[in-house]
Amino acid sequence: MSEELHPVRLTVNGVTHRVEVPARRLLSDALRHDVGLTGTHVGCEHGVCGACTVLVDGDPVRSCLMLAVSAADHEITTVEGLAAPDGTLSPVQQAFAECHGLQCGFCTPGFLTTITAGLRENPCPSHEQAREMIAGNLCRCTGYQNIVKAVERAAQIGASDKAAS
Amino acid sequence: MKPAPFGYRRPSTVAEAVRELAADSGAKVLAGGQSLIPLLSMRLAAPSLLVDINEIPGLDAIEVDERGVRIGALARHAAVLADPDVRRVQPLVSLALANVAHATIRNRGTTVGSLVHADAAAEMPVVLLLTGGSVEVQGPSGRRTIAAPDLYVGPLESSLAHDEIAVAAFFPALAPGAGVAFSEIARRHGDYALVGAAALVTGRGQDETVRVGYLSAGDLPTVVDLTGVDETELGDAALAHLDPGDDIHATAAYRAQLVRVLTRRVVRAARAHAEGAER
Repeated sequence: MSEELHPVRLTVNGVTHRVEVPARRLLSDALRHDVGLTGTHVGCEHGVCGACTVLVDGDPVRSCLMLAVSAADHEITTVEGLAAPDGTLSPVQQAFAECHGLQCGFCTPGFLTTITAGLRENPCPSHEQAREMIAGNLCRCTGYQNIVKAVERAAQIGASDKAAS
Repeated sequence: MKPAPFGYRRPSTVAEAVRELAADSGAKVLAGGQSLIPLLSMRLAAPSLLVDINEIPGLDAIEVDERGVRIGALARHAAVLADPDVRRVQPLVSLALANVAHATIRNRGTTVGSLVHADAAAEMPVVLLLTGGSVEVQGPSGRRTIAAPDLYVGPLESSLAHDEIAVAAFFPALAPGAGVAFSEIARRHGDYALVGAAALVTGRGQDETVRVGYLSAGDLPTVVDLTGVDETELGDAALAHLDPGDDIHATAAYRAQLVRVLTRRVVRAARAHAEGAER
């Protein structure tokens, strides 16, 4: 018996994709396999690790805890959508590079999307707030110190970008 | 770690959603999905149909007046937590929500969904019980209200009928001069608590009542009346009504110790809150 497919319009990083997926397709899998954007990483697949975090209408959401059919008609931003069109790194990406906020890089897409949204909500977090901002994401190599530094550095870059503009 | 196949409907009214549920005994409601989708992925649940209520207009309302806080089925934890009127009228809701998972989960998860998921390790069922709240449900024969003590019947089991949808939850306002507190111990802030406790203290001296609700201290969310118990006896008095278990995260003995520590902590904090609230 073949499974029913649902036509879904996914708007990812400003581009609309028409895909046909079974209802059980997780958004994380739809992004990787149907849309072809493999920057979103799949770690634990039950909402613990945060590697698959994407922005849905600007808010960070676990893409492994959302069905692709439920994402229809929402604006999705993946890690591929964070840099400027000319490739200039976003403040959070630049801060990760400067502060050595990544090692193997597997968890990085989830951190970048989470922190991008977190700094939009709280542009100048205290040290504690910076730690709290990333508390839902797991990293197995950095020990978090450099990621926390990257959050604080990204806030600095964001503030100076704002002052310059 | 992929869900088994299921059908999918996205109705635009509650009545239509109820009809979909009634027509398929294997159907389940999908709201935020932050507990449901992991269960599907691990194949601990295998519904034949998901009725996705996310496109039903009006269900995301948060209404606050002097009587209390009414939270619609699609109000996300994050929206409830950010609402200053909720914090003012029933602060225990906000205090507990700050401990519900991580911001990313709170953006999608719904407070009402968490209530009817009926997890004894979750924060909000305890708050509903302790504050004397209720859940409003709609089924084929109309709406009814289920008071919190009648809602929780077993581990992960609520008294909703299969063809009923929880449309809202109501948390009564904090009485003048009363105090509340919430505290939990988790391995990582935002993870499921090893044990959590919420306290509600009303009145003074002879008239004081002390009630404490517990999560992860048994199969069901549990509220214990500790009125008149000496401060040094609080934890043991509570343990007489609780059955903390062993699992890979903690031993029963350790959980019992957490009950003792947290009970003292939340009762003290709720009394301080009452003092501060009584200006």
